Amino acid sequence: MSTATAASAEPKKHTAIPATTTISGSVAVLEAFIAEGVDTIFGYPGGAIMPIYDALYDYTEKLNHILVRHEQGGIHAAQGYARTSGKTGVVFATSGPGATNLVTGLADAMIDSTPLVCVTGQVFAHLLGTDAFQETDVINITTPVTKWNYQVTDANEIPHVLAKAFYIAGSGRPGPVLIDITKNAQLQQFAYEGYKKCDHIRSYRPKPLVRKEYIRQAADLINQAKKPFVLFGQGVILGKAEQEFRAFIEKSGIPAAWTIMGLSALATDHPLNVGMLGMHGNYGPNVLTNECDVLIAIGMRFDDRVTGRLDKYAKQAQVIHLDIDPAEIDKNVKSTVPVWGDCKETLPLLTELVDQKVYPQWLEKFHDYRKQEEEQCIQPEMHPEGEVMTMAEVLDALNELTGGDAVIVTDVGQHQMVACRYAKFTQSKSNITSGGLGTMGFGLPAAIGAKYGAPERQVVAIIGDGGIQMTIQELGTIMQFGAAVKIIILNNQFLGMVRQWQQLFHDKRYSFVNITSPDYIAVAKGYYIEAQKVEVREQLRGALKQMLDHDGAYLLEIMVGKENNVFPMVPQGCSVAEIRLK
Amino acid sequence: MKQEFTITVYTENQIGLLTRIAIIFSRRKINVESLNTSPSEIENIHRFNIVINETEEVVKKLCRQIEKQVEVLKAYYSSNDEIIWQELALYKVPTDQVAEKVQVERLLRQYGARAVVIRTDYTVFEATGHREETDKLIEILGEYGLIEFVRSARVAIIKNSKGFHDKIREFEKQEPGEEVVENEYLDKNESIFSM
Repeated sequence: MSTATAASAEPKKHTAIPATTTISGSVAVLEAFIAEGVDTIFGYPGGAIMPIYDALYDYTEKLNHILVRHEQGGIHAAQGYARTSGKTGVVFATSGPGATNLVTGLADAMIDSTPLVCVTGQVFAHLLGTDAFQETDVINITTPVTKWNYQVTDANEIPHVLAKAFYIAGSGRPGPVLIDITKNAQLQQFAYEGYKKCDHIRSYRPKPLVRKEYIRQAADLINQAKKPFVLFGQGVILGKAEQEFRAFIEKSGIPAAWTIMGLSALATDHPLNVGMLGMHGNYGPNVLTNECDVLIAIGMRFDDRVTGRLDKYAKQAQVIHLDIDPAEIDKNVKSTVPVWGDCKETLPLLTELVDQKVYPQWLEKFHDYRKQEEEQCIQPEMHPEGEVMTMAEVLDALNELTGGDAVIVTDVGQHQMVACRYAKFTQSKSNITSGGLGTMGFGLPAAIGAKYGAPERQVVAIIGDGGIQMTIQELGTIMQFGAAVKIIILNNQFLGMVRQWQQLFHDKRYSFVNITSPDYIAVAKGYYIEAQKVEVREQLRGALKQMLDHDGAYLLEIMVGKENNVFPMVPQGCSVAEIRLK
Repeated sequence: MKQEFTITVYTENQIGLLTRIAIIFSRRKINVESLNTSPSEIENIHRFNIVINETEEVVKKLCRQIEKQVEVLKAYYSSNDEIIWQELALYKVPTDQVAEKVQVERLLRQYGARAVVIRTDYTVFEATGHREETDKLIEILGEYGLIEFVRSARVAIIKNSKGFHDKIREFEKQEPGEEVVENEYLDKNESIFSM
């Protein structure tokens, strides 16, 4: 196909630069992106990455570059993009401060296994180590928070290093990769030999060979179980194994509870979905963790927020742990049978061997606990008696309006726990949150990226009055590029989660949790974003509907109770069975 | 119970890998007693020997974290009775003292030391052995005016290892066989699988 016909038929079709052409390192970076199917880059230019941005000038037809307002916003946006699209997020940043601003996002992506490729500019190779302008030792700063990183000083390395970067970021247990490219390598003209995707690195085994004997042992345990219980995490989503997972629980009849990273992998209203695990999870799943006889953990890593006190966690149970990362097996909870592998492969093998069963009495126990929780926590929160609005009723109204089809992006804190507890989901890759790192400021930029990752879907960001102020500058990105995200600020005029802890465990000594807010409506209007504030219940549904129906971005500030707490709660240092309803 | 373990790591030769491995220990506030990097029996494959004092459970987890690094092929851990190991030490002592006191020479022979350099002002001895042996010699030479002392990291050979020649061939294959993907640590501990 000639270039001319390609251009006329499909204007955005890219004709790859043929091998044996001389090109610059910068062009090689962009060619690599296109070969890897990248369509969106979140970035911010600067001195040391200028040659790449210069090359980008000729690639704007093929690569959509979103100019963020801060590099942290860029990387969180790339995370949001990766999480809704299932693809690898891509970030550009310059050297020095540009690169150091990525660190929080890298740490977040590392702990939440989000595939990212970040390209940072670096000073000329001959200036390395001389304290040159905007020089920082980015490789060593980012080593603990990247799955892999590499510094390129010669353009000849660029094609295969980027191929490696995408392969490592997206395979096995995904994670962030950072490639630091010195300015001379970006400028250097070299004999391009074409781009070849990487599919093998001899020292890297992303997918272990599945060992059938463990599958058989796991199936035997499950088939003998009286009270089996499934815990699932993000591994199901990352492994694109939602169907395999559903087939497994539906055949085995085992009730399943999720970690917040696993949320949305199974529809909320699925009869075997018994709810959320962990510190602010549901009553039944926490209590019954310490009552089940076989615990089947799928693509989750027994975070301390899920397990509570470890030496009192599921001690009575035989544990089957399915994980792609061998380092997770026995890390926190000793497994009886480790099923090391990709759950997309292991689950169907297991499903084949398990008996078709139902556990009506066992499931009834979950329902009983659910009833207690409904009475004591959920109903009072969803339908409060007083005039003061609660976060839960906002979620309830939102569920009604979206039917559970929206992507829900949250920040970190009370609103996050409430959103995860109450938001309804009908499809996977719909709950975007900072789980492991708990990064305040994640919500707004992640929502922008989530929208680019799933442009056809409604994306609703739910953010507290603390978190929004950490990355509020990204309203500028929305203003300029028009990402139609719906932003709900649940304003309780406090750093609510810290306040809750100070109330419960520090004698109500409210130390610096009283945070004031700007006039968010004025701020939004300043960015030319439609906005509205809701202070009374009567306006809530109407305002939410107006927000969702609005063509474009919208900010809705909702005033909620100042000192409401999130319950149930497993206090720190307590066992999951000691979960408190109030 | 904490005891001395030697971790043997086979890796690619890559800048920055030393940091990646070192921070696995420092992040967990674990002191590295000794660390040596050297070529291995395979061209272009490096071999780390790391000595730490920890419980077997911790060492097992550390090995998995090390193996998780992209450029690491394999990490093994061994207790002291599973390896042959040596450390090399250099001692600088005043030559006049050595020459005058015949006893020193006898001691050196007893500890398998040899003179590397003999000058009029000082002599440098070398000894290889286990920590206790090279330590003993410090004590003794201290009495004869030991000027300088240095000791290398531990280098260790695993007694029942067949080397890495066969393994590396497996790694080079696109689809590795059981050899490479076996979870050796889990297999070691058969009791966990009893049902």
